[in-house]
Amino acid sequence: MADPLLKVENLRIEFPTRRGTLVAVDDISLHINKGEVLGVVGESGAGKSLTGASIIGLLEPPGRIAAGQILLDGKRIDNLPYEKMRQIRGREIGAIFQDPLTSLNPLYSVGFQLIETIQTHLPMDKQQARQRAIDLLAEVGIPAPERRIDHYPHQFSGGMRQRVVIALALCANPKLIIADEPTTALDVSIQAQIIALLKRLCRDHGTAVMLVTHDMGVIAETADRVAVMYAGRIAEIGPVKEVIKDGKHPYTHGLMGSIPILGHDTEKLTQIEGAMPRLTDIPTGCAYNPRCPKVFDRCYRDRPDLLDAGTTRAACWLYDDDAKAAAAVTGETAHV
Amino acid sequence: MIAFIIRRLLQSLLVMGTVAFIAFSLFNFVGDPVNNMVGQEATEAEREYIRQLLGLDQPFYIQFMRFVGNVLQGDFGQSYRLGQPVLNVLGDRVPATLELVFVAAVMALVIGVPMGVYTGLKRYAISSKLMLTISLIGVSLPTFVIGIMLILVFSVWLNWLPSFGRGQTVNVGWDSNLFSLEGWKSMIMPAITLCLFQLTLVMRLVRAEMLEVLRTDYVKFARARGLSNRAVHFGHALKNTLMPVITITGLQVGGLIAFAIITETVFQWPGMGLLFLQAIQFVDIPVMATYLLLVALVFVIINLIVDMTYYFVDPRLRTEGKGGGH
Ligand SMILES: Nc1ncnc2c1ncn2[C@@H]1O[C@H](COP(=O)(O)OP(=O)(O)OP(=O)(O)O)[C@@H](O)[C@H]1O
Ligand code: SF4
Ligand SMILES: [Mg+2]
Repeated sequence: MADPLLKVENLRIEFPTRRGTLVAVDDISLHINKGEVLGVVGESGAGKSLTGASIIGLLEPPGRIAAGQILLDGKRIDNLPYEKMRQIRGREIGAIFQDPLTSLNPLYSVGFQLIETIQTHLPMDKQQARQRAIDLLAEVGIPAPERRIDHYPHQFSGGMRQRVVIALALCANPKLIIADEPTTALDVSIQAQIIALLKRLCRDHGTAVMLVTHDMGVIAETADRVAVMYAGRIAEIGPVKEVIKDGKHPYTHGLMGSIPILGHDTEKLTQIEGAMPRLTDIPTGCAYNPRCPKVFDRCYRDRPDLLDAGTTRAACWLYDDDAKAAAAVTGETAHV
Repeated sequence: MIAFIIRRLLQSLLVMGTVAFIAFSLFNFVGDPVNNMVGQEATEAEREYIRQLLGLDQPFYIQFMRFVGNVLQGDFGQSYRLGQPVLNVLGDRVPATLELVFVAAVMALVIGVPMGVYTGLKRYAISSKLMLTISLIGVSLPTFVIGIMLILVFSVWLNWLPSFGRGQTVNVGWDSNLFSLEGWKSMIMPAITLCLFQLTLVMRLVRAEMLEVLRTDYVKFARARGLSNRAVHFGHALKNTLMPVITITGLQVGGLIAFAIITETVFQWPGMGLLFLQAIQFVDIPVMATYLLLVALVFVIINLIVDMTYYFVDPRLRTEGKGGGH
């Protein structure tokens, strides 16, 4: 297999606080291949956005990468000086954030913002950049782009603004786009259109996507593989069909309990008993143990790493053969 | 746009009329001008005669109407104290104050905005903290103390700068301090004294706004697009801090005119403020009324300029109504 486009290895993100260090992302490893869509799901606070932010090098202090590395095309990018990383942002890795309504600067026309981005990364003069901006607007489905290019963000509806944001992310044809809940803030009726647009564009351009969302329906329709995150760690990662239809981790089961149809009723996602623990009181052993229906005694002692679970990899002791045996043994000794 | 300006001008007239009216209703409490104009030994009949001559026996709203009527014909009356037409008395004084206020305002902006940007961007740098601490001292020292300290150091000890007055002026249609070195020598200390408070205000405001704007999504997104720091900080962040800065700058010009009264007293600067203080002591009603009208006029003009600047900075105000929707 060819080298993956992006590789995240043992990433650990910490926040130093007065009452000790908070570990918000703990030992995450994942990769994204060229042109592939990796879905990332998990409850609020699982660390999805922080992972995305650290990949584009925009982790906000005091948050910091405490361990691990991030490689793009085999080259480390997590320890680059600011200026080097700046040249990668927008050029190699684009980003789309949660709220399209506030992602655009209200004081500049969309054309200005497109042209400045294009000229930052590509050797084009004003005229060429403007032409490219118009083409991009047309490509993301904005009618009459020659006219609309001179309009200001407030003159666009929410859905149209997110199309502009997508155009901005695509300005320099990056190899990877980090899309952090690109439709959460939008009207439900527009969400499907935007996701379809994103999917089509990335397929046409061969762009890989890390798609962060709460919406399992979106993942099912869009992603090639999916990573399920829980309390700062990856609970399960694998091909989208297997994870959705036949998830191995008990948490994945819980999540998939009710997959809403795209655009409907996204509330049901977190209908698992209890809540994800706060970073300050993550239980020892498996972080999921207070909520897990299949919990057994080893889960309270040791923390599981990702283990082979057939078609996917899951961080759960159920898939550790030696551990099963060991659990049986400790069970016996406990009786003696 | 034209309709907007006309509407604002009409509002302005209303504002100025109101200011004059309130002023007149208060003048009665300041004292009796006649006492200052005649000697101790004047008889009650003589006093009554002067009072009638000046129309002071009338209720204040009649006095007000007469004042407005005269003003509309370009007649601002005679100063009781100096016995000259008010326009002549104020004529020399207005440019003196306006120049002082103008220089102070420009200094406050030209120094305050970059300092605000710097302390906002380099939030944790020692230099920023130092600036903020010094600025705090600047705000808490009374104007006259700063003025007197400056005089002590630069006039008394070093003997570099004149300690009072406008010094030599150059006539460029009015008597000006701005066109000669001598003029600037007289101007610099009063201007610094006057601008210090405003300068720290601008700096702190710009800093607070920068911190706010740097947290916004569009600045984060601008970074994510790989724009240079320069473009992010000055193109995207600073421009968004401008609205409140424009507002405050407009307001502070008013504040500067008010503060100028103290500064002019400390430096014996022959401006309107000094004249106004003397007018109050003498209950010189025509001078006081004209001064207040002038100040109201300056406020009104500046507000108009502020509103028009908004219009140019913020596209949301420009395109009202003709937005394309989808
Ligand atoms: N500045 C900070 N200081 C301390 N903890 C932080 C800070 N920023 C984020 N965190 C913690 O990091 C964890 C992960 O945050 P993150 O934003 O990545 O979650 P998320 O999975 O994107 O959630 P959501 O679905 O709500 O966007 C959260 O529990 C949050 O409390
Ligand atoms: S390790 Fe134990 S507690 Fe954790 S998910 Fe697996 S069975 Fe449940
Ligand atoms: Mg998030």
